[in-house]
Amino acid sequence: MAAVAPQPAEAGPLRRWAPLAGVAVIVIYCLAPFYWMAVSAFRRPSDQFSNKIIPAPFSIQNFKDVFAGSNGFGRGLLNSLIVAGTVTILTLIIGMVAAYTLARLDFKLKNVVLAIIITTSMFPGISLVIPLLKLFIDIKWINTYQAMIVPSLSFALPLAVWNLTSFFRQMPQELEQAAMVDGCTPAQAFRKVIIPLAAPGVFTTAIITFIAAWNEFLIALSMTNKKSIQTANVIISQFTGTTGRDQPFGSQMAAGVVVTIPLVIAVLLFQRRIVAGLTAGGVK
Amino acid sequence: MTATAPVAERPAKEPKQPKRPQRFNEGTGRLAALLLSPTLLVLGLVVLFPIISALRESLFTSGTTLDSNGFIVKGSTFVGLDNYLDIFKGDTGRRFWNAFYNTTFFTVVCVVLETVLGVAMALIMHKAFKGRGIVRASILVPWAIPTVVSALLWKWIFQADGIANQLIGTQVLWSTEGWQSKMSVIIADTWKTAPFIGLLVLAGLQTIPAEVYEAAKVDGASVWKTFTRITLPLVKPALLVAVLFRILDTLRIFDLPFVLVGPHKDSVETLSMLAYDEAFNTRYGPAAAYATVLFVYVAVVAYAFVKILGADVIGEARAKKPGGGAGGKRWRKKNAAKGTSDAAVGAVTVGGGR
Repeated sequence: MAAVAPQPAEAGPLRRWAPLAGVAVIVIYCLAPFYWMAVSAFRRPSDQFSNKIIPAPFSIQNFKDVFAGSNGFGRGLLNSLIVAGTVTILTLIIGMVAAYTLARLDFKLKNVVLAIIITTSMFPGISLVIPLLKLFIDIKWINTYQAMIVPSLSFALPLAVWNLTSFFRQMPQELEQAAMVDGCTPAQAFRKVIIPLAAPGVFTTAIITFIAAWNEFLIALSMTNKKSIQTANVIISQFTGTTGRDQPFGSQMAAGVVVTIPLVIAVLLFQRRIVAGLTAGGVK
Repeated sequence: MTATAPVAERPAKEPKQPKRPQRFNEGTGRLAALLLSPTLLVLGLVVLFPIISALRESLFTSGTTLDSNGFIVKGSTFVGLDNYLDIFKGDTGRRFWNAFYNTTFFTVVCVVLETVLGVAMALIMHKAFKGRGIVRASILVPWAIPTVVSALLWKWIFQADGIANQLIGTQVLWSTEGWQSKMSVIIADTWKTAPFIGLLVLAGLQTIPAEVYEAAKVDGASVWKTFTRITLPLVKPALLVAVLFRILDTLRIFDLPFVLVGPHKDSVETLSMLAYDEAFNTRYGPAAAYATVLFVYVAVVAYAFVKILGADVIGEARAKKPGGGAGGKRWRKKNAAKGTSDAAVGAVTVGGGR
């Protein structure tokens, strides 16, 4: 940490290289465990317990196992995609209207409404899941997609409303006014002017919402007990492996890589946008 | 009637139109209510209803009849506050206090570690001009990995003959009972979220104008003084919000200990896991009572945090803001809620498993 502080003038090389060394430490800190997961996934199942830094005979057997076995992992991926995708789309549709209202319209209790929406994302998931679980048992929703999608809105929606509100606020109000001078109704102004211009913000919110929904575990775990409907996260956590080993770490790591890679690629491609979205409103 | 109504109304409405060009946000209360209703409806359904329902549920106990799926069919009886009283009694009491202690312990230790590491990372990234893109991308990787996957990943690292033991040359059985399993949860949680705090603090750091540092340099302030007197106070708003949401997230920690160490392990069982376990065993009444206790605990901590530390943020914000003094308490109150909720809410909710 000492390397962090600005050094006195005489420490020339230190001053130049210390931050770079610090950067290297951070990168290693963040990526080393991830690297270990990837490397372990590419070992042969028989080398599973080898601790070599590079997998000696490179093998994709673990990946084959993951998809070939009776794990239902492929199905899990599809389920995850359906659940996270639907959550994202629903959230964007509902949240965009609310966010635009909060960013543009002047009305009483605006801050109260915003505060309430944000507060709802702070409730412990478990205190929402238990009553919903009971309700869903009564209405026979257990092992359905909607049983996972609907509760997921409890964290996705406040998040999206929050992000989108700050994006809409950044856009000058003159945009709609100009459109309306040109004869648009407010709804048209929103549809034809604001939405296209807000596309980057909406896209960013979509990525963040999708990642959050993709990573969801508690709801998916509680609302399902059939393999065919469980999401990838739940299935990975309950892997038994194809060969009936006690802890099929090789295939678990391979499955972890498969689940994570799309997110890592998205993060690498859109890191600027994601950072902007995550820190939206956090700092002025 | 439908055809005549608009015609009849028109003359009455027309004179009310303001003279200046019509603005978009006039008389929009009803429109706002209409546009907000879908969101509020959904949140009412998935948040408000469950909370009320949990409160009600916690006053009942259900029978023991199971259907073919293993789910309770019918038969709940009103038991008043018995579920709550039972929490603190006998063996359940021991289990509850243990879970309560674990939850608090994880929260305090993890959040302190994450904050220190996060701030350190932010300072390094702020200083580094080269490699910022790489560091930003890599800092997002732990955040993007699903908590479940990161739990498995650390479980693998902490295997008896895994890499962790080989690196430190010991034979610690990490994911069994005991201090070491607590440690493994703390390490995994810190790994996943410290970079994230770093990211938020970095965003805060970047808003500090360079002149402030130049002035401090001219005045001959030491490195440490510059850090404590300038950097820290100025990133405090961003930092406090990040910390608040990390606290809320860690209080409801579930996936990480559940997957990394496993259910029914005394040393890592948290309140969320306890409530889940009860619900899983179809004891919905006690489960709801545990969930309600956790909910109250989270609310109290959040309130205390905003009250104690939040007030401080506001004091500074007010000092900086010209004319901020006039509003007095009201202003302060409004901003206590806003300042904390404003910042990075969305951000941090994504951060962790709840």
